[in-house]
Amino acid sequence: MTTKEAQAEVTAAAGGEVGRASLWGDAWRDLRRRWIFWASVAVLAVVAVMATRPGLFTGTAANEGCDPNLSKLGPSGEHWFGTDLAGCDYYAHVVHGARPTLLIGVAVTLFALLIAVVFGMLSGYYGGVLDALVSRLTDVFFGLPFVLGGTVILVAFPGHGIGAMTLVLVLLGWTTMIRIMRGQVISVRDADYVQAARLLGASDRRVMARHILPNAIAPVIVVATLNVGNVIVGEATLDFLGVGLQYPQVSWGLQLGQAKDAFMVHPHLLIFPAAFLSATVLSFLLLGDAVRDALDPKLR
Amino acid sequence: MTGERDTAAGLAAEAVPAPRPAEPLLAVDDLHVRFRVRGRDVHAVNGLSYTLAEGETVAVLGESGSGKSVAAQAVMGILDVPPARIERGSVRLRGEELLGLPERRRREYRGERISMIFQDALTALNPVFTVGDQIREMYRVHRGLGRREARDRAVELMERVRIPSAARRFGDHPHQFSGGMRQRAMIAMALALEPDVLIADEPTTALDVTVQAQIMRLLAGLQEELGMGMVLITHDLGVVAGVADRIVVMYAGSVAEQAPARELYARPAHPYTRGLLTSVPRLDRRGGPLVPIKGAPPDPAALPPGCPFRPRCPRAEAVCAAETPPLATVAPGHAAACHFAEEVHGA
Amino acid sequence: MWRYVVRRLLQAVPVFFGTTLLIYAMVFALPGDPIQALAGDKPVPENVLRTLRDRYNLNDPLLVQYAKYMWGLAQGDLGENYTGQSVSEMLGGRWAVTARLALTAWLFELVIGIALGVWAGLRRGRLADTLVLGGTTLVIAVPVFVLGYIAQIVFGLHWQIFPTAGTEDGWPMSYLLPGIVLGSLGLSYVARLTRTSLAENLRADYVRTARAKGLSKARVIGRHTLRNSLIPVVTYLGVDFGNLMGGAIVTEGIFNLPGVGQQVFQSIQLKEGPVVVGAVTVLVLIFLLVNLVVDLLYGVLDPRIRYE
Repeated sequence: MTTKEAQAEVTAAAGGEVGRASLWGDAWRDLRRRWIFWASVAVLAVVAVMATRPGLFTGTAANEGCDPNLSKLGPSGEHWFGTDLAGCDYYAHVVHGARPTLLIGVAVTLFALLIAVVFGMLSGYYGGVLDALVSRLTDVFFGLPFVLGGTVILVAFPGHGIGAMTLVLVLLGWTTMIRIMRGQVISVRDADYVQAARLLGASDRRVMARHILPNAIAPVIVVATLNVGNVIVGEATLDFLGVGLQYPQVSWGLQLGQAKDAFMVHPHLLIFPAAFLSATVLSFLLLGDAVRDALDPKLR
Repeated sequence: MTGERDTAAGLAAEAVPAPRPAEPLLAVDDLHVRFRVRGRDVHAVNGLSYTLAEGETVAVLGESGSGKSVAAQAVMGILDVPPARIERGSVRLRGEELLGLPERRRREYRGERISMIFQDALTALNPVFTVGDQIREMYRVHRGLGRREARDRAVELMERVRIPSAARRFGDHPHQFSGGMRQRAMIAMALALEPDVLIADEPTTALDVTVQAQIMRLLAGLQEELGMGMVLITHDLGVVAGVADRIVVMYAGSVAEQAPARELYARPAHPYTRGLLTSVPRLDRRGGPLVPIKGAPPDPAALPPGCPFRPRCPRAEAVCAAETPPLATVAPGHAAACHFAEEVHGA
Repeated sequence: MWRYVVRRLLQAVPVFFGTTLLIYAMVFALPGDPIQALAGDKPVPENVLRTLRDRYNLNDPLLVQYAKYMWGLAQGDLGENYTGQSVSEMLGGRWAVTARLALTAWLFELVIGIALGVWAGLRRGRLADTLVLGGTTLVIAVPVFVLGYIAQIVFGLHWQIFPTAGTEDGWPMSYLLPGIVLGSLGLSYVARLTRTSLAENLRADYVRTARAKGLSKARVIGRHTLRNSLIPVVTYLGVDFGNLMGGAIVTEGIFNLPGVGQQVFQSIQLKEGPVVVGAVTVLVLIFLLVNLVVDLLYGVLDPRIRYE
């Protein structure tokens, strides 16, 4: 083994392993000390349980036991959050509204993240025609803002279920993350430890998976966390406009949309779903901010 | 110019003790600077002292992290406070204490009487303004000149630092200049108001070797022309060799040794200086082995007790851990902070 | 500079066609009858469907359809509603209302957003900073229509400072409340971006140089830091115009401002798909145009980018 190769090996090992381990390790030590981090995690844990096991919170199913004669009642012992326009128990609806809201927010972000990581990586690593193609395609999709694009596509879309919503929102939501991913990959690609790994004959796949990915992904994860919150807000807006989820589905956005004409007189129709929605979104935003601050101490 | 200043000094004499003629141009005395970083106290500068006379060049030599740049910024008064804090010490310009002056007064001195040039001119120049604009600003702000007049003066100055076709390049942005030209622009900016003291912080580190020599020659020439004192901050013994009159060697925030340049090269009195000299190739000692200094400088947030160089010192003994060695004079103008300074000096 | 302008204009061409093709394909090329799909479950008479299929050239291959559609668009033809009414005529006078609303919102986020961002950025880690960060995060977490509701309750019902619906009082009175609601999201991002960018730039080497030059604090910040810090903010203002256009649909709907957004809002409720598609396509085109202008401006602000 020549000196150059020996040195390359040391550099490859050091840059790849040490840099990354201490980055996440430091971040975790830092996160552990922040109460905002734990508060966000707690709120999200509650919402997650609500979404997966609504039965733990309410015995009433969605759209069950509605009595039109009891519509728009204020909060009371019997109906904690009052009743809605159709006389359904509002508390039960708020509980059941967690699932579609959270599911769409998380699923859209995960799929978009997957697209962004895979294509951002390939495009940044190989460059050339592939990169040009991916970049131009990103520009095209970036030309469709979230709510505008969602409105125009969904207005004629066959189906407005959770699956259809997820599909459309993924279509609109991958551009920001792929741009960041690509930029990261390009900046990491030429780092010494990556060059060293290449020099040692590591395959492209190995270089990408073991050396570039772990060192490039941190900012993308941060943006993804923030993105869950933004998707939830966007989805609620589309529900409100009437191009999103449709009755008899239940979601916080839909509830808020239906409150449109009655909230002035019956503010509880606005307050409860809005509070749950905003607390969830806020938690994702604060979580993302906390992770970013922890990963990037110089921005503090 | 000088006449004006004398009058000013004369008027001030009623309030402030008159500067004695023996007062050096710049005197830094027992300077201590600390940083508060992430809950830790970093002792960046621990008792730096030196003096500078008119027309003299003092080199402050040290590794990165030795506190030399921080000390320079403290002298300029451009440290960010907080996180930095000047704990104690004094910086006197012709006898006038600068530390503790109100910010307004200090600001008037910057550029006018003390100037500074920085290591990396690409980042030190503002990327969104033209080079000419940034030089002209000195005349516009400090002298209140009009746009045209300030421009003419700036172009003149650019010619003086030998930027070719200065008038045309006035409107170029920093990234359109080469590294050497950028540093020339930086020098023009610093010397626009003909200051008494120039602090040059690693002025050639970012440059190619051939350009380094040109810049150093330019600086030396201008220094002589203007008769100013220059503090040259560097980690590079090679840069220092031909230029400096005296050398202050810094280690871990304090002075390890100071001496006239020739004397320091010929008879170092501190093991650290000795180590520095034997770790670089020299023309005057051809054939000798190159011996690197073992270990790394100490963490300025956790300085070892006693002599800071002890962990790396080949001569260290028990006394070095117990007592911090004071700066002891070994020859006229030559002092070293080592318990064995005399022996090292004599060796 | 000219090279940058030309390059940027050339880049805009595929985006312009790509985005419109994307919209067109997602609306007219999905399985099923697009004309019926645009009406949702609303019954449409067969002869109307036939006329419209003809009108939208749905019997041609997709690219030909698209070409004809674009040709129409270029001549200001946005298609027809189920009643045979021209979409561009329906929107006619509404553009002025939307333009005024967007302008109000934009000014609001620009002026207040930058001011808040500078305030927080200069007082990093102190109370002002925490307040701005917390406040803006909260605004981002609340959907714009909920903000609209709250604004209506608080300002309209309780304090009755601002009119909460319609345009009777004209510009700016009638537009203030909806403008603030519409601009609040962008304001939050502008403030946060300004803050981060300013705080970062304050640590830059050239700021240290400016201080070493003996410039006053006001000049160091105002001239040497702010301009650099606003470069990312300007870029964001272009992107944000897309949010403004989307938000206009919501805000005009809530505040009953008779603009293009309100037409879209009502057409969704009435299941008049062709109107929605026509109007939103134009809104997207405006967004692309504004983005292009902002990018060109970016070249003016940041000399480095011109020579890449």
